[in-house]
Amino acid sequence: MDTLKESPSPCSSRHNSPRPAPCEMPATVGIEAVLDQLKIKAMKMGFEFNIMVVGQSGLGKSTMVNTLFKSKVWKSALPGPGVPTPQTLQLHSVSHVIEEKGLKLKLTVTDTPGFGDQINNDKCWEPILGYINEQYEQYLQEEILITRQRHIPDTRVHCCVYFVPPTGHCLRPLDIEFLQRLCQTVNVVPVIARADSLTIEEREAFRSRIQKDLKSHCIDVYPQKRFDEDPNDKILNSKIRERIPFAVVGADQEHVVNGRCVLGRKTNWGIIEVENMAHCEFPLLRDLLIRSHLQDLKDITHNIHYENYRVVRLNESHQLPRGPGWVNLAPVSLASTSAGQVTTSGPSKAHKRAQEEPKYEF
Amino acid sequence: MKGIIVMNEELRNLSLSGHVGFDSLPDQLVNKSTSQGFCFNILCVGETGIGKSTLMDTLFNTKFESDPATHNEPGVRLKARSYELQESNVRLKLTIVDTVGFGDQINKDDSYKPIVEYIDAQFEAYLQEELKIKRSLFNYHDTRIHACLYFIAPTGHSLKSLDLVTMKKLDSKVNIIPIIAKADTIAKNELHKFKSKIMSELVSNGVQIYQFPTDEETVAEINATMSVHLPFAVVGSTEEVKIGNKMAKARQYPWGVVQVENESHCDFVKLREMLIRVNMEDLREQTHARHYELYRRCKLEEMGFKDTDPDSKPFSLQETYEAKRNEFLGELQKKEEEMRQMFVMRVKEKEAELKEAEKELHEKFDLLKRTHQEEKKKVEDKKKELEDEVNNFQKKKAATQLLQSQAQQSGAQQTKKDKDKKNPWLCTE
Repeated sequence: MDTLKESPSPCSSRHNSPRPAPCEMPATVGIEAVLDQLKIKAMKMGFEFNIMVVGQSGLGKSTMVNTLFKSKVWKSALPGPGVPTPQTLQLHSVSHVIEEKGLKLKLTVTDTPGFGDQINNDKCWEPILGYINEQYEQYLQEEILITRQRHIPDTRVHCCVYFVPPTGHCLRPLDIEFLQRLCQTVNVVPVIARADSLTIEEREAFRSRIQKDLKSHCIDVYPQKRFDEDPNDKILNSKIRERIPFAVVGADQEHVVNGRCVLGRKTNWGIIEVENMAHCEFPLLRDLLIRSHLQDLKDITHNIHYENYRVVRLNESHQLPRGPGWVNLAPVSLASTSAGQVTTSGPSKAHKRAQEEPKYEF
Repeated sequence: MKGIIVMNEELRNLSLSGHVGFDSLPDQLVNKSTSQGFCFNILCVGETGIGKSTLMDTLFNTKFESDPATHNEPGVRLKARSYELQESNVRLKLTIVDTVGFGDQINKDDSYKPIVEYIDAQFEAYLQEELKIKRSLFNYHDTRIHACLYFIAPTGHSLKSLDLVTMKKLDSKVNIIPIIAKADTIAKNELHKFKSKIMSELVSNGVQIYQFPTDEETVAEINATMSVHLPFAVVGSTEEVKIGNKMAKARQYPWGVVQVENESHCDFVKLREMLIRVNMEDLREQTHARHYELYRRCKLEEMGFKDTDPDSKPFSLQETYEAKRNEFLGELQKKEEEMRQMFVMRVKEKEAELKEAEKELHEKFDLLKRTHQEEKKKVEDKKKELEDEVNNFQKKKAATQLLQSQAQQSGAQQTKKDKDKKNPWLCTE
């Protein structure tokens, strides 16, 4: 077992563009030290990351997760070979704490066995959407408490990896439906699963067809073009967008190739090395998800997807659940200004009235 | 929801068999923050002329534009100024809030009020943004005060009662860091006594100043050693004096030179360390997690507990949102009514105006018509006169012509006779 191999992190090589200095001063004030302070604070608090993998059974989702995080994420026997596929869609969530170089990461992986496996897959995305929205709801409830915690536990799904079966043709209607609906709510990263069944040419053709399909159906996968702010980010993200969806192969067994120990799949005609860019694009996926865009995934989830959910939620006033000891706060004085009584379903009635055309009396 | 079985296994620690790479997370986080920039807001409370602006200039190594304040302010006013500073690749949006006129009035009872109001107003603005339905918190310019530097006058005795009262009012709203200003006027032995007197007075009056955090190992030691020197005795200066072979910020007196950055002369370096280099992030966090949360809780309870029984259980914000929405809709309706009424009124007014104008026009028309008729009559009269005259003239003319012609005839005969007489040839003798 050899020592931990370090592949270069693309994050550190990315440098910020020089900004026009509004007021330059000699570096004796020490404002720079705030960066270290931030780092220390972050290390102390630890990080959270929630990832969801969606795809039909047998596409290698669990293996992929194990490969990504280089550990046995799934302990119990999931529906695998020999176990009958579940009759309904289930959501299976595990949380682990992984530590690297003193940094703690609480990783939550949600699997969706049974997705797309039934004969009638109508509305199979609804349980998934429901789960995602429920996490947003939990966060919202915590956020609007009067006495709230210092650090709200974040269970919102930061990234959803969608596994596209390697048919080689184009996206199936199920894929398109799912992607369309989920891209509005969560960051979706589509990948071509089991890419070892495609040759390089087939892979490129498949990829371009998928990209065309995505464009024609207006599906905005991560990294979303409309959220690019920095010119540096734009360039980086354009490069990534050219390669989406990544063709990946997952493996959690090690083999010896040329004296090195690599993760790979052994077949009669060769060993497919997972971390070899010439064989598959797994390193790109890993870099995107973990090494360079993890914080960005979380930020977009928090600043955009969660905010969108919140806007919708807070506008549906009459659907808010009532907690214990709920008291009708609609003040009686309202009745005097507007004609008619304001009852407990006041907001919706008043809203309707406001929308009516005002009648003018002369 | 049908068919969802969410199984959560116990949280356990996993061991990694290879390098995953998320140790770059702090760098990712920091990259994000540097591209957004940081906000830091300092409030300087102290009497006029105690050296607040000079200290800020010295701390941040920049000359912030400002004129010295006068002593004639009728009340305490807060003046906020924002600056954008940059050091290597870190951008800082610094806001310095000054209390103008603090301690100048004869009656200082209400001196603390504008300060408390200002701090509350910043919290309120943030709260309003947070409660908005469509909000943008991630690029919100945070104006909440992160640190309050309280300038204590170097009397050498004890805190003034104004200081105690003001600090007591501010300690639950902002991180207070007390400093002794113009410390070069106190001798060293007096300084030590002064500091301990101040600290014991603060403790005995229950004033909670900012505690430098000691829970993180990396900063615990330095924070603990620095806390002992509170309140920091500082000297500010933007002028440079040649000391040895380099220029240093100092104040030059006939009896010596007080070097600002010399730790044996004053505590300026300690203040800079504590305020900026070690605890800036913690100050911001305390402001957000403690002071702001306290304000928010009080404000929401204030809003939420209206019109209810005092012994009803506390409920969450949803009801407050409903009430807010009711209020909002009620206001909208009221506004609509008002606007409608105003519209009706305006229309009536305009109508009346138009009627008036119409009447005027009619009158004018009548007047004009009358004048026209009069003029016409006059003209006709004159015409008649003229015709009469012409007739008379014609008659006269005719008469004179007749007379003339008669006279001519007789005259012509006479002249012929005369002419014949005179002509000898025609004379018949």
